[in-house]
Amino acid sequence: MPQVNENPPPPNPWQGKGAPPDLDKLATQFCKRAKKLLPGGSPSVFFILLLVFVIGAALWSAIYTVPSDSVAVVQRFGKYVDNVPPGLHFRFPFGIDTTQVVPIKRQLKQEFGFTTPNATDPMQSPRGNDAKRETQMVTGDLNAALVEWVVQYRISDPVKFLFEVREPSETLRYVSEAVMREVVGDRTVDEVITIGRQEIESEALLKMQATSSKYAMGISIDQVQLKNINPPEPVQESFNEVNQAQQEKEKLINEARRDYNKVIPLAEGEKDQRIREADGYRLKRINEAKGDTARFLALFAEYEKAPEVTRRRIYLETMQKVMPKVTTKFILDTESQGILPLLNLETKKVAGHE
Amino acid sequence: MNKVNLITASGIGLLAVIVWIFNSALYTVGEVEQVVVTQFGKPVGEPIETAGLQYKIPFIQQVNPIEKRVLEWDGNPSDMPTKDKLYISVDLFARWRIIDPLQYFLRLRDERSAQSRLDDILGSETRNAIAKHELIEIIRTTKDRVPQRDELLSDAEKILNMGTLVPISKGRKVVENEIFHSAAEKVSVFGIELLDIRFKRINYNASVRPKIYDRMVSERRQIAERFLSEGHGEAARIRGNRERDLNKIQSEAYQQVEEIRGEADAIAAQIYSAAYNQSAEAVKFYEFTRTMSAFPVIVNDGTTLILSTESDMFKYLKTSSSEKN
Repeated sequence: MPQVNENPPPPNPWQGKGAPPDLDKLATQFCKRAKKLLPGGSPSVFFILLLVFVIGAALWSAIYTVPSDSVAVVQRFGKYVDNVPPGLHFRFPFGIDTTQVVPIKRQLKQEFGFTTPNATDPMQSPRGNDAKRETQMVTGDLNAALVEWVVQYRISDPVKFLFEVREPSETLRYVSEAVMREVVGDRTVDEVITIGRQEIESEALLKMQATSSKYAMGISIDQVQLKNINPPEPVQESFNEVNQAQQEKEKLINEARRDYNKVIPLAEGEKDQRIREADGYRLKRINEAKGDTARFLALFAEYEKAPEVTRRRIYLETMQKVMPKVTTKFILDTESQGILPLLNLETKKVAGHE
Repeated sequence: MNKVNLITASGIGLLAVIVWIFNSALYTVGEVEQVVVTQFGKPVGEPIETAGLQYKIPFIQQVNPIEKRVLEWDGNPSDMPTKDKLYISVDLFARWRIIDPLQYFLRLRDERSAQSRLDDILGSETRNAIAKHELIEIIRTTKDRVPQRDELLSDAEKILNMGTLVPISKGRKVVENEIFHSAAEKVSVFGIELLDIRFKRINYNASVRPKIYDRMVSERRQIAERFLSEGHGEAARIRGNRERDLNKIQSEAYQQVEEIRGEADAIAAQIYSAAYNQSAEAVKFYEFTRTMSAFPVIVNDGTTLILSTESDMFKYLKTSSSEKN
């Protein structure tokens, strides 16, 4: 700090202006000036000033505003007088009237087991490290579950809210926890975690409403919403295993069904095919029989008229048709013995009929 | 100037004294409080319960405001054993109010000592009640509640008897009432009315928790296994069905086919016999024509026939006489 030596030390603010001002002198100076300000000034100037000051202070403490979402509860000498709607209002000053602003139209909420950051209402979030403990619950089948939820409420009666219960918001937190545990305690862990959520919400809401109206806290509860519900950390994996097994089961069954479906409708179709084929056979057989017999009957009718001739004709016609196909024919005389002599007469194929 | 100042000063002084006296004589009672007035530490007169401006003898009497609203008592969570020897952590809250301010003032003086009395009384009553009941009695409330069941889960869980609630004989409300009644009696001597008590939190103690978790894990595992084996079983059943249905369909087809064919053959036979069997002549004629129509089929290329000249066909090879022999 070389500059300290180069420059003169800065003047001491307390000593720089010499001796302190004489207070008496200042007071009389002030009085004189005040007298000048007020023509025809008298000693009562002091009282006038005091009066002005008092009136100013009174006005300052008499005017107050009520925000649009609230009402003010006015107490005179401690006794409840009235509720005052939003706007600019006057009251008796100096603590004769006291007002407390209660936000009756604001939707308030309390969170259990988790915290939304930057909440303005200190009652909204779990206190300190309570969040984890708030969530831990025992279910009706003696399992454990972690439940997070939100309670939405409003202040319905500011007078009750202020004068009936000392810590209505804190009491609401207690009630909410007690009721939620009561409701969860009556349910199985499966209901709590999966299937019963809606029922829990509605039952908890009803019970909380009943309790809060019994406690006359001036609070009306609008909604109870469940947030995350989980099994405790060490158990979560086994809950997932169950889900996986469930999926696996479905998969196995579906695969078997696929095999079934691959085969059975085809077999049904094939069955129908065979039956239809059999039907076809039947029609064919019957029609053929009918055809055969019709032909026979027609022929028979003619045969009966001239049996011998018809028979011979048919015989000879048939033989004529058949014989050309016969490669080797032996025609034996009944009187000759054996077929040998005839065989000698014949060379192979030469004796052919052609 | 001096005179004026003196008057001013004495005026201010007088005013200050008057304000001081009034300040000491008048006091307000709020909606939320009741007041016990004491004189040299001894309560005087009836406690004041109506809100508004009140007065007392200045300087001598003192005002002791006492809360009129419903007050809360929040117990500390404490570990205690149940009848079934499970260590649980129990956290209660109670609501109370001062109904006899004089008694309260004489016995307790302030709220801190009231809270500590409540700690003692409710703490011990809770321990007594918890030790007399099994855990489930303070967990569950409704005796005859039938739990909902997941349709998908039910197969496995019904058999394992899971998804059912442990039966109770009393329930949380009854235990709460027991604690309430025995405690209410004990605190009434302090001028306090206990309004109600509720279990806020009941949890497994940290030392019990791992065992509970193990049990939950094993329970879940058996459900998982159950699912798997159900899946395999159901799949096997479906495969069996497939075999059965396949055989059924195929054999039914065979049966119907044979029936139809048999019927067809029967009808055909009937038609044939009706025609062929009408007379002895018809039978003979049928035999003849049928044989004739069979010949072209029976006799084919390469057939060797040995025929006699006696036969009708070749009899004229030997003679032209139409008479045989």
